[in-house]
Amino acid sequence: MRNSSTLAANTSYMPSLPVKKRRIHWSWNKTWAIVTLIPSLIAVGIFVYGFLGWTGYVSVTNWNSFIPNSSFAGLANYKAIFGDFRFQSDLRNLLFLTIFFILLCMAIGLFLAVLIDSKIKAESLFRNIFLFPMALSFIVTGVVWQWLLNPQTGVNLIFKALGAKHLPLWYTSSKVVPSFHLGQIQFGLPVALLAVIIAAVWQLSGFAMALYLSGLRAVPDEIKEAARVDGANEWRTFWRVTFPQLRPITVTVVVILIQMSLKTFDLVYAMTGPGNGYVTDQPSLDMFTTTFQADKYAQGAAIAIIMFLLMMVFVIPYLVQSLRKEDA
Amino acid sequence: MESGFGPGPHESLEIHTIKGALKLKPYKALLTGAAVVASMGMVVGCGSSNSTSSNKTSGGSGSHQVQIFSWWTAGGEAAGLQAVMKTYSQKYPNEKITNEAVAGGGGSNAKSVLANRMQAGNPPDTFQVHAGAELMAWVNAGDMQPLNSLYQSQGWNKVFPKEIIDSLSKNGNIYAVPVDVGRGNVLWYNPQVLKRYNLTPPKTMSQFMSELKTLQSKGVTPLEYGDKDQLGSVMLWENVLLATLGPQKYDQVWQGKIPFTNAQVKQATQTFVNLLQYTNSNHSAVTWDEADQQVADGSAAFNLMGDWAKAYFLSKNIKEGTGFGWTDFPGTNSDFEYVIDSFGLPKGAPNPTGATDFLKLIGSKQGQDEFNPLKGSIPPRTDADMSKYDEYSQQAMTDFKSDSLVPSLANGEAANPGFETAATQAVEVLISNHNVSQFINSMQSAAQQNPLS
Repeated sequence: MRNSSTLAANTSYMPSLPVKKRRIHWSWNKTWAIVTLIPSLIAVGIFVYGFLGWTGYVSVTNWNSFIPNSSFAGLANYKAIFGDFRFQSDLRNLLFLTIFFILLCMAIGLFLAVLIDSKIKAESLFRNIFLFPMALSFIVTGVVWQWLLNPQTGVNLIFKALGAKHLPLWYTSSKVVPSFHLGQIQFGLPVALLAVIIAAVWQLSGFAMALYLSGLRAVPDEIKEAARVDGANEWRTFWRVTFPQLRPITVTVVVILIQMSLKTFDLVYAMTGPGNGYVTDQPSLDMFTTTFQADKYAQGAAIAIIMFLLMMVFVIPYLVQSLRKEDA
Repeated sequence: MESGFGPGPHESLEIHTIKGALKLKPYKALLTGAAVVASMGMVVGCGSSNSTSSNKTSGGSGSHQVQIFSWWTAGGEAAGLQAVMKTYSQKYPNEKITNEAVAGGGGSNAKSVLANRMQAGNPPDTFQVHAGAELMAWVNAGDMQPLNSLYQSQGWNKVFPKEIIDSLSKNGNIYAVPVDVGRGNVLWYNPQVLKRYNLTPPKTMSQFMSELKTLQSKGVTPLEYGDKDQLGSVMLWENVLLATLGPQKYDQVWQGKIPFTNAQVKQATQTFVNLLQYTNSNHSAVTWDEADQQVADGSAAFNLMGDWAKAYFLSKNIKEGTGFGWTDFPGTNSDFEYVIDSFGLPKGAPNPTGATDFLKLIGSKQGQDEFNPLKGSIPPRTDADMSKYDEYSQQAMTDFKSDSLVPSLANGEAANPGFETAATQAVEVLISNHNVSQFINSMQSAAQQNPLS
């Protein structure tokens, strides 16, 4: 939106046009821009910012039953959720899910992209194969991986046939490693979460691959040639010449995957539910239960606002950075 | 209902972006766009996806339409509802009855859709609701109309048990008509497994414990439960509570007259923790019906579940006596933990006459005997025709008349939804850390935040 209006404004400084004509041209352009923007501005204003404001308002009220109650509660709802075992577990799970999910997606995505970029046969076939999981709904991914990682059936049958004694419990494990007491919960990586991470990485590393591939294609061959002429081997060329050029792609991958990880709902809902002692629970699941099963609308809204703020921590610096670059 | 980032509009945009990025150098602007759109999608998804998904019905053909709202969408319960609706159409040809059932186990989805409709001032003509605290949430919100005169004219005060009418009443006003009764304190077992190890269905907790120990030494899962849906765990705890306290004190807990710090409540919780060593470790990945399947398969011996499990067994062609057996949960022999579906009349119902006619039908002997054999439940009316029911149901109907009737926490009868959710969480934490005193504290603070009346 902002792009097109600055574009429209820029045309007004074109010096070659005569004064009168320029003015008409300018205002027509601007009017047209505004007219085309109005519907989306209204929709975004109501459905994004309006509801965001409403959620924020509900989160500071006492509306914690069927009966709407708009009396001011201050930060009581936030205090309640941060003191809550389940929400503390959610934050722990979210932290580990996000870290592992993003690092693994990036590593696998970059690796696949490099392989595909090395001028292999049937390149587009492989590109599509790795990208296909992304076309699935997370519900489907969740159900399939729930079967695959079911301790009684699934891949454990293969391990069993191979003679393994201690079969992994996958998402039914209640272990947290390393486990130390923090607030009400045991802090550490919940083992059960690894199953969710595997499914999420399976689905989205192809997406990271596609982005990295586009980045690799954008690195001019001349630079790589120059490095080789200077005597750098392939490994050194990649890490010293190509990889630094992929920085903007890496930032993009991280921002897109972080917002996916922060709002994870369907994958966990379909695959594990809240888990054994809330080891795979996520804030979005908690928000849903708190709002629609416990009828605690204000507390649910508080959880939604915390999710929103977490998201903004990552998205705003990214937007500021890209806007600044465009202006420059 | 849309989920956060399924195949929504922003996903296709992202794919488009990839295509663009593969060819174009200035990919950045497009990606920025994708990120912005995706993050907006999240905000809307969090805030409003539910409120937009519900209002598909309203208005319609005016006052002759009767909207029946329930979560009976599959199996015997859907067939039962169909049968009653058919009878209704024959009896009241002028009314156009519409089925507005919303799928989802235990009504989890239906309840949020209903809440949205009620808040939007667009209630259905009548809706399914669990008796007890769940109904009272609506009554306390001032959304329900009292049905005392209907009870008078139909003579229902005599045919429904007093405990059941009490669970539907507040300050002398009755707010709903009970339709079916499920029983929550039933221990299901595999008869062949018990026979193999010379065990008999347990009558007391100590007998139960020693049988579980025997079964564990034989390599069978002694007590299977599933709490992926968080039902199996809470029902097991409340049954141990009922067995330890007895029906009167159990009731007083839910009336807020006995605190959770009570020594017997602690003792019951400790017994529950002791039972856990005999249970399956993968419970968090199992739903209640999968747990029952394990019992039917013989890989587990016992499972505690409501008698909707019977409908599950029968639907899988598993026969009573050879494939499955049942007994009261040990220590609850003369108790009947009821789970009751009822229908009420919301204020602002577009067609109250049509709705009242429907309530008359489902409260009648004919309506109840038509619906319940199909659903596999028993009728709350004590004068029902027993010959229409199977062997299990006949026994349950006899018990229903003579046993102490007590409410279920896990199924919404005993406490308000806020307390129920907090208690569920406390039980889940107890299962993972076995810390009884922490559990008691959690329950006590849950009761302070969501007062039990």
